[in-house]
Amino acid sequence: MLEIFTLLANWLTYDLIGLNPETKLGTSIHFFIEDTTKILFLLVVMIYVIALARASMNLERVRAYIQQKHRLVGYFFGSGFGAITPFCSCSSIPLFLGFTSAGIPLGITMAFLFTSPIINEVAVIMLWSLLGWEFTLAYVVIGMGVGIVGGMILDAVKGERWLKDFAAKAYQKAAVAAQDHESEVEVPEAAKLTMADRHKFAKEELKEIVGRIWKWVLIGVGLGAALHGFVPDGWFAENLGSGQWWSVPAAVLAGLPLYSNATGVIPVMESLILKGLPVGTTLAFCMSTVAASFPEFIMLKQVMTFRLLALIFVILLANFMVVGWVINTISPWLFSGF
Amino acid sequence: MKHFEVLGTGCKKCVNTAESIERVAQELGESVEVVKVTDPAKIMEYQVMSTPAVAMDGKVVHSGSIPEHDKIAGWMKS
Repeated sequence: MLEIFTLLANWLTYDLIGLNPETKLGTSIHFFIEDTTKILFLLVVMIYVIALARASMNLERVRAYIQQKHRLVGYFFGSGFGAITPFCSCSSIPLFLGFTSAGIPLGITMAFLFTSPIINEVAVIMLWSLLGWEFTLAYVVIGMGVGIVGGMILDAVKGERWLKDFAAKAYQKAAVAAQDHESEVEVPEAAKLTMADRHKFAKEELKEIVGRIWKWVLIGVGLGAALHGFVPDGWFAENLGSGQWWSVPAAVLAGLPLYSNATGVIPVMESLILKGLPVGTTLAFCMSTVAASFPEFIMLKQVMTFRLLALIFVILLANFMVVGWVINTISPWLFSGF
Repeated sequence: MKHFEVLGTGCKKCVNTAESIERVAQELGESVEVVKVTDPAKIMEYQVMSTPAVAMDGKVVHSGSIPEHDKIAGWMKS
């Protein structure tokens, strides 16, 4: 069904504008038109459909679910909800405090916050349409893994010691209260919504999300298209393709100062992989761009001491590198298609 | 006079929320006081997890989005 966008790009680029498919400019423009039309179409349809389904979801209910779970399961739930719960990054501080003051361990809250920027419905839709379901599945597993493992490490070293005072106090108070009357948390009832309510919510979501990300799509696909047309085939393969060990940390460092959301970086990933950059190196670069961002760290500074922030930073970078190395090692078996 | 607090760590939506409340108040000829609260400790006291949120006279009446015109008008009349 999605071939229609290839045909549209063929017609626009080669027939209407009259570019030669053999030229760099021709391939770049074709890539740009095909990916932007395809992605924007899928986004509009899927964001609306998904928003219909989750109209009745809210953070209070998510928090209660997580509170009910055993700690070990909590990491998975924290990370899983981070992936599916829509929330604006400007809400991360109230969310963090809301979880902490309910006695949810720091690691579980951070599993939520780590995973949230990496996985969302937009990222999944784009990956699926550009790189196929095997890759999408691997991406989701890795994204959740980074969140879960990061959270577990934070709790293992008792990271909550280094929260800012007021947050640490709120956490201790809640933790003591929770011991007194265990598992009395009840999940609030979902609001009863009519189809009209859901439609209204989905329409608002669609407007809000597309309004926020369309620029990222254009920039991301633009960069991807430039890479696609102008970097010679096999350039990465010749220079970095044998998976030299240092290419992974180099990719993580290169991704750090870049700040983008998943929407902007995925079309770039597509190009990098098609040009022969090893999958693990590409993923490490992508995660570093999306998940370790300075604006996010500056926000977290309001509730964390510098020491805790530095610790989180190191844990994230280490996780990205491990992901890169492991995937580079096993990718010949995993993705025979690439 | 009603006292509104807009809770949020300072994103664009919070500014819009404060402006909406002031605009509706002007339309209806109500005099209100609108304060933006950005201190995370204060927001935590209100137990709000999704911002922007609005507290009227010390009680949370809305959270998670920019409130609609009619909803704001309802607060003014209450």
